[in-house]
Amino acid sequence: MVFPEELKYTEEHEWVLVEDDVATIGVSDFAQDQLGDIVFVELPEVGDTLEVGDSFGVVESVKAVSDVYAPANGEVVEVNESLPDEPEALNNSPYEDGWMIKLKLSDSTDLDSLMDVSAYQEFVEKD
Amino acid sequence: MNKTPLNQIHRQLGARMVDFGGWDMPVQYSGVIAEHKAVRTTAGLFDVSHMGEIEVSGPQAFDFLQYATTNDVASLTDGQVQYTALCYETGGVVDDLTLYRFASDRYLLCVNASNSDKDFAWLEDLLKKSNYTDLTLINRSAEYAQLALQGPVAANILAKLTSTNLSAIKFYRFEEGEVAGIKTIISRTGYTGEDGFELYCATADGVSLWQALMKVGESLGLQPIGLGARDTLRLEKAYALYGHEITADIMPIEARLAWITKLKKGDFVGRDAMLKAKEAGLSRKLIALTLTVSGVPREGYPVFSDGREVGYVTSGTMSPSLKKGIALALVEASVADGEGVLEIGIRKRRMPAERTSLPFVK
Repeated sequence: MVFPEELKYTEEHEWVLVEDDVATIGVSDFAQDQLGDIVFVELPEVGDTLEVGDSFGVVESVKAVSDVYAPANGEVVEVNESLPDEPEALNNSPYEDGWMIKLKLSDSTDLDSLMDVSAYQEFVEKD
Repeated sequence: MNKTPLNQIHRQLGARMVDFGGWDMPVQYSGVIAEHKAVRTTAGLFDVSHMGEIEVSGPQAFDFLQYATTNDVASLTDGQVQYTALCYETGGVVDDLTLYRFASDRYLLCVNASNSDKDFAWLEDLLKKSNYTDLTLINRSAEYAQLALQGPVAANILAKLTSTNLSAIKFYRFEEGEVAGIKTIISRTGYTGEDGFELYCATADGVSLWQALMKVGESLGLQPIGLGARDTLRLEKAYALYGHEITADIMPIEARLAWITKLKKGDFVGRDAMLKAKEAGLSRKLIALTLTVSGVPREGYPVFSDGREVGYVTSGTMSPSLKKGIALALVEASVADGEGVLEIGIRKRRMPAERTSLPFVK
């Protein structure tokens, strides 16, 4: 399983890449592996405002439904339009083709509590 | 937790294991969709050793089974299998099962794993309360391993390991023979809608039979298949699953199983209740729905007609073959027979779903 070093991770298994004040968000390799074949993705609309802990999307595999949660407050500025037609990208390329949304952060300190890669790795091993 | 004789094999193959009604079972190996496709295009091997087997034998075995089950046992000949059900007096279902006739006085019932103790107790109790005395019930569940070999090339694979003439075994027939030198009941049955076999052998031989089949099958595309794909495969063919389409509160005649409910064969447990329900007009019926938009219907989701809740989804999934959301739903009878588009409530939205003729995948 791959967990890139430059990313931050949540306890709900989202990954977050912060560039300036925009966070790109997806689900981790661990999450996609646990879900199995992903067959459906629901995304928010550009312009939606999210608060920490809001469910902003849904990922469904053949067997399971899983919410995806906002790790920070902000406004959705971009969504991965190709995902609903190619949900398998979440399995095949969770950190690149499988990105879900870009969130313009209202306060980047929201992300200070997220795990770095070593903390996440430890978290996953305990899970 | 209960384990089948193949438990170690599943773990060696890297299967994801789950608690399935008290059994430690593989839900997937390579992935549900890949496994599903293997069964539709080549072949798959399932460990279904968790299924229960109950033997009914003796001079009154026939009379007792005719009374205990819904289908007509009189229509069976030696070497034939019948899909049937056990019902309560209320008409609700105790379990669905396949009934094997070895001889006019010897039968084997293959029942759902999680129901096998309940079924056996039910049959024992029924026997005690009945006038039948001259028969024996034996729970042989622990004595059998069972493997399902399913898919268009299943027969080619099996032919490499047996001298039994497989083309002589028609659908829903069985023969006793040897597979890879192992004494096996070779039954041309399954739960996938593909050609294939269910193979019963002694528990101690389960691993050898699995390994022999995998070895000769590999070059023909044989793959191990978990419970995840078992469910999507059966749902595409609209086969009922106990606890979903049929339960203690659902009569087989409500669940499109009138064809195994022979109300004219004479008395059987649940018949009076079903005759009464039929006379009054059935209030609910099982229908098939296909989402016309992207989404995955799931068990328990509500079904709406003209904005009114009229029933619920009993089983739903994303069909790997059709790439569409498909569902079986129990709805008010008036709606079941109607025309037009219904809606399935998925989270906060209502998604349009078309009534579909069965099976979903022909």
